[in-house]
Amino acid sequence: MKIIGCGNLERGDDAAGILVARRLREWGMDARETTSLFDAWDVGDDVVLVDAMSSGRKTGTIAVWEGTEFSRPLQLRASTHDFGLAEAIGLARALDRTPIRLRVYGIEGRRFGIGSALSPEVAKAVEAVSLRIATEAGVQPLRTV
Amino acid sequence: VDTLARVEGEGALLIKMRGDQVTDVKLRIYEPPRFFEALLRGRHCSEAADITARICGICPVAYQMSAVQAMERALGITIDPAVRQLRRLFYCGEWIESHTLHVFMLHAPDFLGYPDVIAMARDHRAIVEQALRIKKIGNRIVALLGGREIHPVSAAIGGFYRVPAKKELRELMDDLKWALDSALESVRFLATLPFPSFEHDYNFVALSHPEEYPFNEGRLISSKGLDIDPSQYEEHFLEQHVEYSNALHSTLRGRGSYLVGPMARFGLNFAKLPAVAQQAAREARLPVPCRNPFQSIVVRAVEIVFACDEALRIIEDYSAPEAPRVGAADHAGVGHAITEAPRGSLYHRYELDGRGLIQTAKIVPPTSQNQKQIEEDLREFAPQIASAPIAEATLRCEQAVRNYDPCISCATHFLKLEIVRG
Repeated sequence: MKIIGCGNLERGDDAAGILVARRLREWGMDARETTSLFDAWDVGDDVVLVDAMSSGRKTGTIAVWEGTEFSRPLQLRASTHDFGLAEAIGLARALDRTPIRLRVYGIEGRRFGIGSALSPEVAKAVEAVSLRIATEAGVQPLRTV
Repeated sequence: VDTLARVEGEGALLIKMRGDQVTDVKLRIYEPPRFFEALLRGRHCSEAADITARICGICPVAYQMSAVQAMERALGITIDPAVRQLRRLFYCGEWIESHTLHVFMLHAPDFLGYPDVIAMARDHRAIVEQALRIKKIGNRIVALLGGREIHPVSAAIGGFYRVPAKKELRELMDDLKWALDSALESVRFLATLPFPSFEHDYNFVALSHPEEYPFNEGRLISSKGLDIDPSQYEEHFLEQHVEYSNALHSTLRGRGSYLVGPMARFGLNFAKLPAVAQQAAREARLPVPCRNPFQSIVVRAVEIVFACDEALRIIEDYSAPEAPRVGAADHAGVGHAITEAPRGSLYHRYELDGRGLIQTAKIVPPTSQNQKQIEEDLREFAPQIASAPIAEATLRCEQAVRNYDPCISCATHFLKLEIVRG
């Protein structure tokens, strides 16, 4: 299982994916942080992506998609700096580079401004998602002090 | 256009027309100001490279290079020639990465009539796959020299914190040779795209070096006679606040707007390109200088050819410097530097006190320098699309804005097009 956390630590709740990756690394799992999703997986991989989302759901809500049902975004919001998760999956699909299994965890955020603090609901969701992924992978989470 | 897609940052474009007459064009950048210059005050000079690298996720190398070189000028440090070559290689990596992403993922779909690269990939799979692979090589160079791909950390005043061994660099060579051939192929492909007919007599501004295609050093020259040392920049260029934008507009005193970036470098420095890149440009029938901004997509591809070729040359000739960096005692001073970011000239100036603490900092990114020129070009271009349906007009305007690969985050700091028809 390859876990990839996306996001920006300096933009409040956008840090959620990165924080999950960090927590899972503390538990000894192969979890990375990346902004270059094109190169982040190979076709044979079992991939779990974690990212913050802004979908109008309640802050801290956790959503899970299996890769095949992750719909294409209506509008691409790519830029030279920021080719989003949905676009990367869309492109991978167009090029037959989707991994053998792909799950996407979304954590609903509220604050995405530069320098804003992590919302307590998101902090809780980060722990919950980390536990879920670890449990699924059969990894015993270490007790954090 | 309400929100400009496929450009970096948040912005909007307003075009007011009466019949087919354009009455107003405003490129509004509403991404909030970021206050990096103020943030730097009171910090030690050694911190500037890592702080300014955070201005941009795609061109951090440019920010780091302008910052360390300005500090070296302030402190009177002369770097090892091998370090200078490594810095050029670092820049090659960033140009390959940034240009490849822009040319193929963001700009090419406009010319080929696709809404995005995902749709384009279904019909032009080989091109998209090739581009992803070329880009990855750029990432590898940046990661090797910078310590990591995003926000590299190895650049330091006087050199690098760590320099690679020749063996590590040689491992890049096979991939770089492949990338060079692929880049040449892509120039031929891009030359066949349909380019709207549009030209402007630009005042091009770029660095110029006696022997090299410019990255990191040289005098700042223009196609209309400017020839200055980077330390004279503020005597000749003016930054002005305009009410509707959070990015400052730059002008050349007494001459108005000007253009920095690939077209400017290519027009002013064609003779310094290696033979392989010159040949590619000729085969693509690119005029020198090239004055059609839509052809900038081909010019960028020629610069990818150059960057691959230059990277190979540097690696072949490389022998590690005696020390990764040379140190110097903190002292008061003022230092200026201009380097060529993928999008154009990037100016930094720092004033240091006796403890090496930054008293004042000034950073002028390429997009704010081009902003006025972008507006002027759109004013001239808009009548061509005046009678088109709004969706088509929006697409054409977005394509036109992407000619300049604007980095709105850097300039302040997504583009919205609004066409008001009177």
